[in-house]
Amino acid sequence: MYQTTYHRASSVDEAASLFAKGSESKFLAGGQTLLPVMKQRLASPSDVIDLGKIKELQGVELSGDTLTIKAATIYYDIMTNADVKKAIPAIAYLTSVLGDPAVRYRGTIGGSIANNDPAADFPAALLALGATVKTNKRSISAEDFFQGLFTTALEDGEIITAVSFPVPAKAGYEKMRHPASRFALTGVFVAQTKSGEVRVAATGASQSGVMRVPAIEAALKANWSPSAIDGVSISASGLLADIHGTAEYRANLIKVMAQRAVAAAR
Amino acid sequence: MGVEGIGARVVRKEDKRFITGKGRYVDDIKLVGMTHAHFIRSPHAHAKVKGIDSSAALKMPGVVAVLTGREIVDDKVGNLICGWAITSKDGSPMKMGAWPAMAPETVRFVGQAVAVVIAESKNLARDAAEAVAVDYEELPAVADVQAAIKSGAPQLHPEAPGNQVYDWVIGDEGATDAAFAKAANVVKLDVTNNRLAPNAMEPRAAIADYDAAEEHFTLYTTSQNPHVARLVLSAFYNIAPEHKLRVIAPDVGGGFGSKIFIYPEEMVALWASKKVGRPVKWTGDRTEAFLTDAHGRDHVTHAEMAFDANNKITGFKVKTYANFGAYMSLFSSSVPTYLYATLLSGQYNIPAIHAEVIGVYTNTTPVDAYRGAGRPEASYLIERLMETAARQLKVDPAELRRTNFITQFPHQTPVIMAYDTGDFNASLDAAMKAIDYAGFAARKAQAKSQGKLRGIGVSCYIEACGIAPSKAVGSLGAGVGLWESAEVRVNPVGTIEILTGSHSHGQGHETTFCQLVADRLGVPISQVSIVHGDTDKVQFGMGTYGSRSAAVGLTAILKAMEKMESKAKKIAAHALEASEADIVIENGEFKVTGTDKAIALPMVALAAYTAHNLPDGMEPGLKESAFYDPTNFTFPAGTYICELEVDPGTGKTSFVDFVAADDFGRLINPMIVEGQVHGGLVQGIGQALLEHAIYDANGQPVTASFMDYAMPRADDVPSFNLSHTTTLCPGNPLGIKGCGEAGAIGASAAVINAITDAIGKNNLEMPATPDRVWRTINAA
Repeated sequence: MYQTTYHRASSVDEAASLFAKGSESKFLAGGQTLLPVMKQRLASPSDVIDLGKIKELQGVELSGDTLTIKAATIYYDIMTNADVKKAIPAIAYLTSVLGDPAVRYRGTIGGSIANNDPAADFPAALLALGATVKTNKRSISAEDFFQGLFTTALEDGEIITAVSFPVPAKAGYEKMRHPASRFALTGVFVAQTKSGEVRVAATGASQSGVMRVPAIEAALKANWSPSAIDGVSISASGLLADIHGTAEYRANLIKVMAQRAVAAAR
Repeated sequence: MGVEGIGARVVRKEDKRFITGKGRYVDDIKLVGMTHAHFIRSPHAHAKVKGIDSSAALKMPGVVAVLTGREIVDDKVGNLICGWAITSKDGSPMKMGAWPAMAPETVRFVGQAVAVVIAESKNLARDAAEAVAVDYEELPAVADVQAAIKSGAPQLHPEAPGNQVYDWVIGDEGATDAAFAKAANVVKLDVTNNRLAPNAMEPRAAIADYDAAEEHFTLYTTSQNPHVARLVLSAFYNIAPEHKLRVIAPDVGGGFGSKIFIYPEEMVALWASKKVGRPVKWTGDRTEAFLTDAHGRDHVTHAEMAFDANNKITGFKVKTYANFGAYMSLFSSSVPTYLYATLLSGQYNIPAIHAEVIGVYTNTTPVDAYRGAGRPEASYLIERLMETAARQLKVDPAELRRTNFITQFPHQTPVIMAYDTGDFNASLDAAMKAIDYAGFAARKAQAKSQGKLRGIGVSCYIEACGIAPSKAVGSLGAGVGLWESAEVRVNPVGTIEILTGSHSHGQGHETTFCQLVADRLGVPISQVSIVHGDTDKVQFGMGTYGSRSAAVGLTAILKAMEKMESKAKKIAAHALEASEADIVIENGEFKVTGTDKAIALPMVALAAYTAHNLPDGMEPGLKESAFYDPTNFTFPAGTYICELEVDPGTGKTSFVDFVAADDFGRLINPMIVEGQVHGGLVQGIGQALLEHAIYDANGQPVTASFMDYAMPRADDVPSFNLSHTTTLCPGNPLGIKGCGEAGAIGASAAVINAITDAIGKNNLEMPATPDRVWRTINAA
């Protein structure tokens, strides 16, 4: 690791001003990506501003039909939260299969979506549920927030404060784990909104990061059942291919995981 | 046997320090004035080193020196050797290119060191390494063994035209061809044995400390065989004569073969510590482990088996291309020859075998022995072929094996090995019963009704452990003897130290070796300590690999114990005024049989050291040593059966059951044996389902971290159902065969046989990743 200066911020405003002072600042949440990258000397921030202890970034709130998860809430606290389990059990499940226990005790929802790894789990949930990302400057729809591999709508120094999920009628998530990294080789989040809209998002599959799957959405809109997806054809074009999964295999997984997510949806 | 004797499930003595963080590994050692090394490694698979500019790095804080490959060659540090000479079929010796510890001119694999920075801290060394400018001229590279032998392929070493190290044969080609000419059926199979990265939990490390006044070196290193390291460093690498070089291998966190070899980093640390006049420490990181620890396996094989009309095997033909990587590692040459082709008879009576092995250079990390070393490749080939044959001949796979089992011992195979004993039907029966083989068809039908593809796979392995005797391996080209030494020291107060040339890097020697002493003397193991891993303490030793520590190392201890006991009995008889022949050892006492006269071991020991009242002419002291050279290999064998389900939607495999019925001869500590089998099975399953060290066409490693290289985790493997069917090894007095590698040797074929049974398609390469299985299911 290169030399760096560590700051522990006590408020979002303080974090933003510390960030502005450094020549090449980075925000640190759970550190599940940034720290390994720094240890590998692939990142050399002048200043690291730790958001993890900021009280206003912690916790979960259920208000009417909106579930709000504050940005620095760790996965473990999400998966065990009674409101999450009641309102959107698919999010509790997604969090329970995210990484391993060490990751779940450190990683945060804000860190995950800010990094926007193409194989991360949470971007699929946000996109499928039509969530809104709250920052210290504005609100951004999930659709606008995720902009391709490791790219988001966040501006330099902008801090995610929370994610708001509209509570769906039904939602489910299933993924095939990457054999080595245990990220999603492909994961599919399916949701039926209370207004009857069907939204399906796949992670780990596309060369452009998390994506909607309109063909499956249309099939499920007509008939919300796993068998409705049988006849859907998913093109391998534009999908990721690596030593653990060809593009054709990922195309298959989008279908199979969607079917299983529908079967598991509650 | 007693509660701590042979056969007792004694809890491991060494685990208290390991699980409380008190283990003492090389990286835990800090010497006064110690500096830190960081290697500058080639990012190219093949390139000329045109220049190294270290001027900027030398001005950086804390930098002590930047040393290059040119300097280590100029200082006449020897090139790395390969210690087993193989002769090609045309009578020519194997063709080897030079391997300097750091490359002065040409790099031939990604990760090969060209220079080293020595600095006051690890981080400062790393910082400075980034400021060293290496000018490379890239050359075309080749990573795949079949691409490397094509004409026009990039050439690695001028000494080895066509990238061919050797073309070696074994067996009777004429007799084998004749068998095929008369065959009723011929079964053919092409298999690839995937390249693996060993991944010991502790990465390799070294600390070299040169004492200028004494002209003496001390090397702390992660070695499975510190005496062999000292021998090679002294005799071939010109580091220092043996009496001026002490090698210490303290606690070592796993080896699996990868820590047998003497690597460039140890050589550079020793040389550099003299150059800079201070101790030099190097601790590898995980990336360096992926790039530079010797890899395992990497064979491409075509095999054909001839059967008569009664499904008896009449002949076996094998042609294997073995990928050695860019240089010939210490024992690499022996792995695909004498450790592989000599096991091609498996558990079967095969009258004629002929095998040809072509060793090939590629621009990849060197390949050498890894848990099983040649025997997993042989066992996988034979057992995949037996399964293929059963499918082709439409007979039950277990029955086909039974038809061909060797049942008379000793049995001379056509490929050197003489099996001493075994009962292959017994282990097959035990495994079939344990997994309810007869009930499989019903279970398969039941699984099908739930949309799952269920399969069962058998693997009947045999291997050879305790590689020996020295005279025989010498005649086959080995550069070392393969005996073991031991020393038994009874201290004046009766406690006992066992000095052994075996080395424990996780195997539990500190417990099992004590159990032999407890068994013979009736003393608690708390009164016994095991000393190993230090060339200044232990007279000599050949180390631990090839499942040899119990069969060879423990037998050496037994021989030394017998000498010690004989002397102790004389002392006891003298003190008790009895006949030596009447003295028996029980519960820590020397007794006159049939009487209540006895003298305790501490009193015998004290008498030996006070020497006030010893028999006339007896030397004082109670310390004996022995060297033991076995008369033959040992032959552990057994049957593994795996039952699993494949999810047709994803290609993912889930285990239902995995049974292992092993014949290891006598077990010293069944709990430790079970642990060894578990670990071996996990590595075999890892090879079958997950692990693969991959290079792209340009020789760039694709799997240099755990993000890409899939190591098995606990939830990837089933609970194992283990049992033992025992025939005692006649070759050593304890009847031990060895258990360290069996799991890794036998498991892979059982898994692939089960998956191919489940999906109804025979051709499936390892690792059987979900993607690969899914594509195989859906292939036209």
